[in-house]
Amino acid sequence: MSEKSNKKGTASRQPMPEQPADVRRRNFEEVPLGYTPEAAMAEADRCLQCKKPSCVEGCPVGVDIPGFIKYIVSGDFTAAARNIWKRNSLPAVCGRVCPQEIQCEGSCILAKKGSAIAIGNLERFAADWERENGTGELPPTAASTGKKVAVVGAGPSGLTVAGDLIAKGHAVTVLEAFHKPGGVLVYGIPEFRLPKAIVGQEVNFLERLGAKVECNAVVGRTVSLDELFEQGYDAVYVGVGAGLPRFMNIPGENLVGILSANEYLTRANLMKAYKFPEYDTPIPRGKDVVVLGAGNVAMDSARTAMRLGADRVRVVYRRSRDEMPARSAEIHHAEEEGIEFHLLTNPTRYLGDEKGRLTGMTCIRMELGEPDASGRRRPVPMENSEYDMSCDQVIVAVGSGANPLLTGSTEDISLNKWGYISADPETGKTTKKGVWAGGDIVTGAATVILAMGAGRKAANSIHDYLTWGW
Amino acid sequence: MFKIVKREEMSDGGVILDEIEAPLIARKAKPGQFVILKANETGERVPLTMADTDPEKGTITVIYQVVGKSTRVFKSLQVGDSFQDVIGPLGKATHLEKLGTVVCVGGGTGVAVMHPITRGLKEVGNHVIGIIGARTKDLLILEDKMQAASHELKICTDDGSYGHHGFVTDVLKEVLESQEVQLVVAIGPVPMMKFVSKLTKEYGVATLVSLNPIMVDGTGMCGGCRVTVGGKTKFACVDGPEFDGHQVDFDELMLRLQAYVPEEKKCDDDYCRLTGE
Repeated sequence: MSEKSNKKGTASRQPMPEQPADVRRRNFEEVPLGYTPEAAMAEADRCLQCKKPSCVEGCPVGVDIPGFIKYIVSGDFTAAARNIWKRNSLPAVCGRVCPQEIQCEGSCILAKKGSAIAIGNLERFAADWERENGTGELPPTAASTGKKVAVVGAGPSGLTVAGDLIAKGHAVTVLEAFHKPGGVLVYGIPEFRLPKAIVGQEVNFLERLGAKVECNAVVGRTVSLDELFEQGYDAVYVGVGAGLPRFMNIPGENLVGILSANEYLTRANLMKAYKFPEYDTPIPRGKDVVVLGAGNVAMDSARTAMRLGADRVRVVYRRSRDEMPARSAEIHHAEEEGIEFHLLTNPTRYLGDEKGRLTGMTCIRMELGEPDASGRRRPVPMENSEYDMSCDQVIVAVGSGANPLLTGSTEDISLNKWGYISADPETGKTTKKGVWAGGDIVTGAATVILAMGAGRKAANSIHDYLTWGW
Repeated sequence: MFKIVKREEMSDGGVILDEIEAPLIARKAKPGQFVILKANETGERVPLTMADTDPEKGTITVIYQVVGKSTRVFKSLQVGDSFQDVIGPLGKATHLEKLGTVVCVGGGTGVAVMHPITRGLKEVGNHVIGIIGARTKDLLILEDKMQAASHELKICTDDGSYGHHGFVTDVLKEVLESQEVQLVVAIGPVPMMKFVSKLTKEYGVATLVSLNPIMVDGTGMCGGCRVTVGGKTKFACVDGPEFDGHQVDFDELMLRLQAYVPEEKKCDDDYCRLTGE
C-alpha cells in the first residue's frame, strides 16, 4: 500500500505532445496534440484518489475529478466523459482553455510535492475520445416541465445554462447576435488554441439534447427582453459578455493600422480572415506588430500576428512580468514562438504618415510604485524617458468594458457604476423579475470557466424559480 | 434564411435593389437604421442602411452599388435565393421631428437611404425639399420615390446629363440663400457629405449625415467603425450611423475607408477572373 502511494506520488507527469514552436508559429493548427490512451491512463494512474479532493473545490463548476480520472485508469473513457458531462457541458473546451494551474491543478495535493495531475489534459482527452470514438448516446434528461427559457448569448455561460436547464426538462432557446454560436469561443479564442470544429460539436451536442439555437438575434435590437416574456418565455438568462473594446485614449488612435483585439481576433477567428482570400473578410497583416496589454487576449493576438506572417511581434505592457495577467502556459507558448516582451513600457501617442497610416508610437518607460486597488504595484511613468518605437500595426488588448446595447434598451435592470449588470452572486438574479445574468456582463472580462460557473448557479436558481416561484 | 423576394436592377445593373424576407427586422426597423448582410459561409458581413421596410409583408429593402466581390456575390443571388445571414435592425433611428423646412440631400446610392428619412420627415409635418444628385443621369436612382416623398425635388448631375449641371452643394446653396432652413440631412459619398456640412456650417444650419465606415459586428464590439465627432471617438454602429455633420472628421473617415483597398481589389479581381465578369 505504502509502495503504491509512493509510486503515485513520485511518477512524473505525462508531458503533452505539441507542435514544435518553429513550425506552429506559422500555422493555425492546434498547438497541443493531445494524449494517447496510454499516456492518459498513465497520467490518470498518478491520481491519489483523495477522500476529500481539494481539486474539486478548485473547480468553479465542481466536476467530480477523481471520479472521471478513475474511469480513465480503468480504460472506460466513455464513462469518464459522461461523468464530466454531469457537471460540465463543455469539457473539450474547458480541457483546453481553463486556467487549471490556479484552479483544480493548483489545489492538487501533488502540486505541493512536485507536479499536479494534468487534470485539464485528461478532461480534454476524455471529451475528445468520446467525440471521436463514442456512440453519440445522449445523457438522460428529465421529463418536460412545459416551461420555456430564453438564453441571451451563446457563449460559455449561456451554453452552460442551456445544457443544465435542458437536462432538468425545460425548453431552452439560445439567442445569439452573431451568425454563429459560441461567443468568445468562436470569435475570440484562436483556432490554434481551440479548434472551431470542437466548439461546433459541443453546441451540436446541446442541440441534440433539445436546445434551440437562433443566430442573428440581437436582443435589445431585433427583439427586446420584455418581448421575450410576451412571446411566452418564463425566464431569461442574460450572458452577453463584456463586448466593448477599451482603447488607450491617446492621440492618433484612429490611424489605419490600429485595431482593437476584439476586431483583430473576430476577423481572424469568426470570419476566418486568416484564410483570406478563400474567405472574403480581410485582415491587416502587419510586418512589425505591437500588441498592447499582457492578458490571454494579448497573447492570442500576438500569436495570431506571428501566424499571419509578421517579421516581429512585440507585446508592450506597462507593468512587469509578475503582473502579466495571461496564463503562464500562454506566455510560455508565446515566447517559444518568438514573441518579444517589452515590459514597463507604455505608449503615449501613435505616429502616422500623411495617408493616415500608423508608422510607430512614442513610448515612455515605467517603474513600479506602491500597490494600487488591484493589489498590484502601480506603474508610474519615469520622467524624460520617452522614445519612439516604429511599428506598422498595433493591436489594443487592454481589456473590455460593458456593452450597453442590451442593458441600455432595458430600463428596469440595475447596473453598477461601470455599466455591468447587478446580479446576486449566489443566484445570478437581477433586479428585473424573471431575468438572470452571469458571465462577463456581470463580472467584467474574466475566464470561460468563471462564466460557466455563473451559468451553473443561475441555472439552478432558474430551475428553483420555475419549480417554486421567484 | 433570408429569401430575396424581389430584385430590381438600376443604372444598367450597377445598382441593385433587393427586397428580402426578414420579418423580425421588418417589424422593428425605423428609418435611418441598418442591417448587416452575409451572403454565404465564406462571405463578409456587409453593413447597409435599409431603403425601405414592409412590416406586414415581413420584408426589408436594401439598395447597393456593385463595387467589389461581396456586392458581386450579392448580385449573383437570384430571386428565390437567400442570404445566409441578415442581422438588425442596427444603429440608432433618425430622430423625426417637425422643425419647419428641411432639405434632404442624397447622392449616389445614398439616395436609397435618404428616401425613407425624407418620407418620415414629411409625414411628421415638415416642408421637405429634396435634392438628389449623381455623376450622370444613368446613375440617378429613385427619382419617382423622392418626388413623392418631398414637397419639391431638385435634381443635379455632375456632367449635366440631367437636371442642374453641377454638384448638390450648388443647388443647396441656392436653397439656403433663398429661404430659412431648419435642418439639412445629407447622405451620400463622404466627400459630398463633407462639402454639404462645410456649406451649411457657413449658414449656421444644423446638419445630419449618415456614415457607413468599415465595421464587423455592428453591435459595438469591434470598434472598427470608430469616427471622430467633435474631437471624441464614436462608434458609428451604436452611436450612429447619423451624426452632426459639423462635428465629423470627414478626412479621417476617408482615410479609414481606404484601409483594405489592396485586399478589396485582389478579392474582386480573383472573383471576376473566376466568373468571367
